Amino acid sequence: MANYPLSGYRVVDFSWVWAGPLLGMILADMGAEVIKVETNKRLDSARLTPGRSTVGPETDFVFHSINRNKLGITVDMSDPRGVALISELIQISDVALDNFSPQGLRKLGLEYEKLSKINPQLVMISLPAAGQYGPLSNIVTYAPSLGALCGYSSLIGYPGERVLGEQTPYLDVTSAIHGAFAVLSALYYRERTGKGQYIDMAQIEVGASVIGEAFMEYFMTGRVLGTMGNRNPTMAPHNNYPCQGEDRWVSIAVDTEEEWHSLCAAMGNPPWVTEKRFSDKFNRQRNIEELDRLVSAWTINLSNYEVMDIMQKAGVAAAPCLDLMERFSDPHYSERGTHLQVEHPATGVDIISGIPFKLSGMPAGVQRHAPLLGEHNDYVFRELLGRTESEIARLIEEKVIF
Amino acid sequence: MAEQALSGLKIVEYGNFVSAPYCTKLMADLGAEVIKIEEPGSGDESRRHGPFLNDEPHPEKSGLFLYLNTNKLGITLDVTTKTGQKILKQLLKDADVFVENNPPRQMADLGLDYASLKQINPRLIVTSITPYGQTGPYKDYKGYALNTAGLGGQTMRTGEPQRAPLAPPLSQSHYQSGAMGAAATMSAIFARSSDGEGQHVDISEAEVWATIHLGHGVHLGVFEGRKSIRSGHRTISVYPWCILPCKDGYMCLIAIQGFQWKRFLEAMGTPEWMADQRFRDRIVVALEYADEMDAMVKALIIGKTKDELFEICRRDQITFAPVRGIDEVANDPHFQERGYFVEKDRAKTGALKYPGAPYKLSQSPWQLNRPAPLLGEHNEEIYCGRLGYSREDLVKLRKGGII
Repeated sequence: MANYPLSGYRVVDFSWVWAGPLLGMILADMGAEVIKVETNKRLDSARLTPGRSTVGPETDFVFHSINRNKLGITVDMSDPRGVALISELIQISDVALDNFSPQGLRKLGLEYEKLSKINPQLVMISLPAAGQYGPLSNIVTYAPSLGALCGYSSLIGYPGERVLGEQTPYLDVTSAIHGAFAVLSALYYRERTGKGQYIDMAQIEVGASVIGEAFMEYFMTGRVLGTMGNRNPTMAPHNNYPCQGEDRWVSIAVDTEEEWHSLCAAMGNPPWVTEKRFSDKFNRQRNIEELDRLVSAWTINLSNYEVMDIMQKAGVAAAPCLDLMERFSDPHYSERGTHLQVEHPATGVDIISGIPFKLSGMPAGVQRHAPLLGEHNDYVFRELLGRTESEIARLIEEKVIF
Repeated sequence: MAEQALSGLKIVEYGNFVSAPYCTKLMADLGAEVIKIEEPGSGDESRRHGPFLNDEPHPEKSGLFLYLNTNKLGITLDVTTKTGQKILKQLLKDADVFVENNPPRQMADLGLDYASLKQINPRLIVTSITPYGQTGPYKDYKGYALNTAGLGGQTMRTGEPQRAPLAPPLSQSHYQSGAMGAAATMSAIFARSSDGEGQHVDISEAEVWATIHLGHGVHLGVFEGRKSIRSGHRTISVYPWCILPCKDGYMCLIAIQGFQWKRFLEAMGTPEWMADQRFRDRIVVALEYADEMDAMVKALIIGKTKDELFEICRRDQITFAPVRGIDEVANDPHFQERGYFVEKDRAKTGALKYPGAPYKLSQSPWQLNRPAPLLGEHNEEIYCGRLGYSREDLVKLRKGGII
C-alpha cells in the first residue's frame, strides 16, 4: 500500500473559497481523508466564479485544483438534523477546519466548545481575518483588505513611489501553509498527551509574521519601511530586466564581489563595468538606476531563457519571470511534475497545481479529482455513520442531505 | 517549562539566511529543540544583513537574525572539515530532523546528502529547502528570493503594465518555502510513526510559488491563452478593487458584491455620478472607466483620514480597510490585545520587541522562551554536555577553527 503520511486521519472541512480549502488541500495531499462539507442551499462560491463556471458548479478548474484529493458531502447545516449528522462525523474525526467569521459556526451550534465535548481529542482550527478576539475580530474583509491591515501592502510599489499594494489572495495561501503546520503540531501534541485543542489563527498576524524583519527594523531603528520595488539593501544589481519579445523579463541578483565579476564577464566585459561608479557594492548601490539601465541594454537583445543560461553558466543567479503558459512548458517544472493533468468527469481533463512539497517516501501525483457535489454522501452517511439506504433516501427527500 | 506542541522533537539546522531558519523557527517556537549550526567566526549570513540596532552593523545585533532564530540553541561548526562532518554526524545520530538549505551539489560533496545520512540514522528526516529543488534541470542553479519568485510566477502579477514586474517584498520566497518546509517535515514525522523510517523532504522555493500559490491559474494559460496580468494599484476584474490615496495615506477599496459598493457611496453622501448609466456594470467600469472612476472616488476620500474612513466602513459593514504602515501595525490595539508583539531581553541587544506567532494553540501555546543565540553560545552545552567532549577537546577544536 502506498505510504501517505496522514493515512488514517480524518478531517472535516467546513471551509469555503480559498484559505481554508487550501489548508484542507495540504492535509489531503498528505493523505488525510478530508471531507468537504457543502450544501446546495449555498454553494461554495469558488464553484461559481463569474466568467469561469459557465455551465454550473462542476466545471471550475480553480475549485478542482484546490479541492483535489478531498471527499465531498452535501448537508444543510441550518437544519438541526444536518447539524446532528455533522456532530456524529466529528465524533469519528481528528481535525475540523473552518474559515467562517467568529460568529459563523456558533450560529450553527458547531463551535469548538460544543464539538470538543463530543470529541475531546479533536483538533480544530479557524482562520478568520483577525482571529477570535480583539477589536478587529468582527471585521468584514476580502484578502486585499487583510494585506492592507497587516502592513504587507504598504511595502509594495516602485521604490519610493505610491503604494500599489497586493491585490492577489496572497495572505490566504500563506495562512493555509502556516495553518497546516499548526494543525500537524497540535496533532503531534495529541499523539503524546491525548488532548485535542483549538487553534485561533488570525490571517493578519500571518501577514505580519512573513514581514517580521520590517517590524524588527521599526523596533530597532524607528525606521518605517515603505515601497521598495525590487531593490535590496545589500545586493546590486537586483531587479527584473526586460528581454526580447513582448513583456518578457528576467530576474538577476548579484550579492558577492565574485558574482559581480562573473556578471561582467558573462556580459562580455563592456567598458562601463570598470568605471569607478560601479567599483564596489556601495557605489553600485548608489548608482543603481544607471546600473539597471546598462544591464537592461544588454538583456533586451536576448530571450529571458537565454539570459538565464548565460548567467547560470557563469555562476550568477538569474531566472526568467514566467507567465502562465511559460510555467506550463518550462522543462524544470515538467520534469518535477509541478503541474498535473487530472481527469474530471465534468470537464474531461484539468490542469491543476502539483503537490507543493516532495517526500521521498510518498507517491507523486494526486489520488483523486475534486469531489462532485455530494459525491461521497453514500460513503460518509452509510459506511461511516451507519445510516441505512432508506434513512438516507428520506434525508435526501427532506433536503437534510442537500 | 510547560509541555509545548513539539516538545521532545530534536532538530539540527544547518541553514543560512531565511528559508531554513524560518522553517526551524516555527518549530522551535512550538517547543522543538533546534540546534543551529553556524560557520565559526562569521556565522549565519543574516547576521550581516540587518536591520541593525541603532543602525550599528554588528553580528549580534541584526534584526533579521534575531527574528529568525528565536528559541534555538546555537553552536559553531565548520562542516567543510572532516572533523566537522564527523561531529555533525554524531549530532544527527540522535536527531529526529535535519533541516538545511544548501546547494544539493555541496551537500553531496560534503558527504551530507540524504543517501549518506540515511546510513547513520535511518529514522532521520532530512528537509532540504533550496531555490529549485533536488531534481530537475535547474537543481544546481543559483537563486535568490527574487529569482525564485520570478520563476514561480508571482512576480508577473505585480506592478504596472508598462514597467518592470515586481517581486514580492522582503525575501517572501524564503518565508513561503520555510513554512511549507515546516508543514511537510511534520507530515514526515507522522509517516515515521507508522513505519519507523525517515525520508527526504524536498522543498523547491520556485515550486511553492508555482503550485499552491499559483498552480491553479495555469489552466487558463493553456486552454485560453491567457497571460498573467499586472495592473498597478487595481485589478481589471471588477471596480472597486484598488488602492487609492486619502488624506494621510492609502485606502484599500474592494467590493465584490454590489451592495457593498452602494453602501460606501451612500456613506460618502451619494455622489451624483452614482446614477450615471455608464457606471452600472462594475465589470465594465473596471475595464473602461477605471481612471475616471479613480479620480471621482479619490475626490470623495481625499479629505478624510484612514481612521475616519475605516470607522465609517466598520460602522456600515463595508469591506474596505486602511493601508497600515509598519509603525501603525506595531502600535495597533488589535495586535496589542492579542499579545502579538512580545518583548524579550537578550545579551548585546537588551530588551527588544519581536513579532510573535500567527496562531494561538489553546493547550500548548507558542512561547518565546529564549532569544536567538549568540554565535557559539551553546558550544559547551552541546559538545561537552551532549556529545561528551572534554573542555580540552573544545579548546583544540577552537584552535583548529572547527568550532
